[in-house]
Amino acid sequence: MIIINRKIIEEILTHGLNELPIEACGYLAGKNNRVYKYFPMKNIDNSKDHFSLDPQEQFEVLRQAGTSGFHLLAIYHTHPETPARPSEEDINLAYDSEISYVIASVQTHDVKSYKIQEGKVIPEKLIIED
Amino acid sequence: MKLLINGKTEPLKQTCISVSELLQVKNVEHPEAVSVQVNKEFVSRTDFDSTLLNDNDEVDFLYFMGGGTY
Repeated sequence: MIIINRKIIEEILTHGLNELPIEACGYLAGKNNRVYKYFPMKNIDNSKDHFSLDPQEQFEVLRQAGTSGFHLLAIYHTHPETPARPSEEDINLAYDSEISYVIASVQTHDVKSYKIQEGKVIPEKLIIED
Repeated sequence: MKLLINGKTEPLKQTCISVSELLQVKNVEHPEAVSVQVNKEFVSRTDFDSTLLNDNDEVDFLYFMGGGTY
């Protein structure tokens, strides 16, 4: 389960809209399954079909989250034209079995969360709080 | 020895440990997909075996994060 404030959900979707036509991405940080902070990040693939985080920026966000007492709970990315579910590439590149994979569809404004473990996609309950 | 791992101080029973060995201790499932910084400096994957950690070193590791639409 992951709990995300509606304002952060809206910020993710706005990030996705602002980055069109490319995919937007970033980390969500918090504790006890609750997201408190969102970190929009650079898609170094600069692509409408792919995304990769910049490792240097990943470490900077890890440290920023840590100084606030938060952990990296989720990675988010947007699908500009497809539904909010993991693609084959998302699954193949999901090496971290503990983090949540939040996917936002810019087309439908749907946002969903998953765990991906050993190639298996496990839908995760996403609670959006007002 | 003590290490600061991803921002958290952790005691280890080992007195000497390499980056590769630490990733094993931390049950990292895909070390080939992990980026590591020791004291804020990147360690090349080819140096994971030979890079030995010192007491109170700051070690951060993160999985590659990427994906796609299809």
